[in-house]
Amino acid sequence: MDKNFAARRRRDLIIAAVLAALAALAPLVIKDVYVQNILILTLMYAALSQSWNILSGYCGQISLGHALYFGIGAYTTELLFTKFGVLPWFGMLGGGVIAALIAMVLGYPFFRLRGHYFVIATIVIAEIGLLLFQNWEWAGAAMGITIPVRGDSWLKFQFLRSKLPYFYFALVLCCVAWFVTWWLEDSKWGFWWRAVKDNPEAAESLGVVVFNSKMGAAAVSAFLVAIGGAFYAQFLAYIDPESVMGFQFSLLMALPAVLGGIGTLWGPVLGAAILIPMTELTRSYIGGSGRGVDLIVYGTLIVLISLALPQGLVSLFSRAKSKGATR
Amino acid sequence: MTAQAIIQSLASGLLMGLLYGLIAVGLALIFGLMDVVNFAHGEFLMIAMYVSFFLFAFFAIDPLLSAPLVAAALFVFGAVVYLLIVRFAMRAKTNAGMVQIFSTFGLAIVMRGLAQFFFTPDYRSVPHSWLGGKTISVAGIFLPEPQLAGALVSILAFAGLYFFIHRTDFGRALEATREDPGAVALVGIDKNRVFALGWGLGAALVGLAGAIMASFFYIYPDVGASFALIAYVTVALGGFGSVFGAFAGGIIVGLVEATTALVLPPSLKSVGIYAVYLLVVFIRPRGLFGSM
Repeated sequence: MDKNFAARRRRDLIIAAVLAALAALAPLVIKDVYVQNILILTLMYAALSQSWNILSGYCGQISLGHALYFGIGAYTTELLFTKFGVLPWFGMLGGGVIAALIAMVLGYPFFRLRGHYFVIATIVIAEIGLLLFQNWEWAGAAMGITIPVRGDSWLKFQFLRSKLPYFYFALVLCCVAWFVTWWLEDSKWGFWWRAVKDNPEAAESLGVVVFNSKMGAAAVSAFLVAIGGAFYAQFLAYIDPESVMGFQFSLLMALPAVLGGIGTLWGPVLGAAILIPMTELTRSYIGGSGRGVDLIVYGTLIVLISLALPQGLVSLFSRAKSKGATR
Repeated sequence: MTAQAIIQSLASGLLMGLLYGLIAVGLALIFGLMDVVNFAHGEFLMIAMYVSFFLFAFFAIDPLLSAPLVAAALFVFGAVVYLLIVRFAMRAKTNAGMVQIFSTFGLAIVMRGLAQFFFTPDYRSVPHSWLGGKTISVAGIFLPEPQLAGALVSILAFAGLYFFIHRTDFGRALEATREDPGAVALVGIDKNRVFALGWGLGAALVGLAGAIMASFFYIYPDVGASFALIAYVTVALGGFGSVFGAFAGGIIVGLVEATTALVLPPSLKSVGIYAVYLLVVFIRPRGLFGSM
């Protein structure tokens, strides 16, 4: 089994490298800006969902408040950029560090909560963040911040002529999130997380491991999500509390992993690859009427997939393969 | 700030709080019965408000009168949701919590979409109900009549529910199933039927709340979302599964909201509720009246 596991991990890495290379070449073929836009969002949500999955999937602490970290990444970057002229790259890292610290501070009380109490506490804290930002005059309150144009360069992380740099950044972010997950999966942390998820009581008997490993998962998860938030803010060039910290982000981050497969390496990627283009296409083709048809289609799929495939779409692949497996 | 103003806002807070309790109690009932949180609870409320609105628009039935009808309609709806969706979500062996959350979330999204499709995103209201716009003045404190009616209905509903759970056969079956779903099968209680009826009852209670609210709130497809989070907080504050907790939680939430609005700008009035919720669960991770 150990040998299989090592072989599987090597295979995962090779598949990821091939997919990343193919994705990097995609813009050579795909010139349509609308499609490029969808690809960028798909990569971004894959990265976000992969990061969310670390805490909620692997460690089993279902968070529906990750929009808080997303918003903190976006706001730190843009407040530093517009108020103090700090380059977005530093803002991005700063946002990631602040988000990770907040996640750990919140972890102290939150990780004592079980099940639904934890889920609702995460929703509530994100909602508090949203309300505070909506009332914070210095940060633009509900009006938000329009990011001023300072040129077209990697240094300023702002691109006016083409969307391709955003595409490549999103691709790198997606690869980083995937690689971090891949790396952690087989580390001490990964085993702790699965133990905490499967049986917190048994894991608890091993001492401090439970609490510390939840903290670690929260910090890594929040950091990566905040980087995504910083990217999104630069990409849109405009942020307001609702559009970067609204509850819909917490949900949009969770859904790809849920549909693809919670707590799996490929679940978030697969989920995002299907869900995000579908969301965007239904929105632009049948959602334009404002009559909610896109919501009906989208919601129905969520219900059907979560009922029919509780382990996500990834389970379709492993089920087919497990016929030949010895385990 | 005068004492008068403080008493006035506490009185309004109390009335609103009883309504919050009524919205939340169905959620608490279902959770206590089967450990499931209905993440479409706000949309149940929204549907109830629309049903009440259309009963008024087409048949001129006042929301106060239509409340039992709306409750009955929601009862059927709740039972159907259990039989069509939740029953299957309960079967998941892996990721059970996740499946429950997302199947009811998905349902919420569908319901919102359907409401937009059939009723458009427009805001609607019941323009001239019997009590609408009227107030009673007691010792200089003004109490709006629709809210007062809501508070009364809420108290009656809680009393009725208490009686129902403790004095009727079905109530006993409900309690027994909640204690030990496996053992009740041995005495011939159909677990699925009890669960379906539990969902029906939970939905009927939120239906009652929706009908009352239709007379003083705008009705639109997203209206449930804002009340849903308050309902979750109310239930969690009182302790998941405790019907009495939902009642007490509602009153606390209403009073806290009113007090916050005295101190902070109105746009921040919910922050007080959320802060108190966090404080309570940090001190008592199972809520005020929740049992392990």
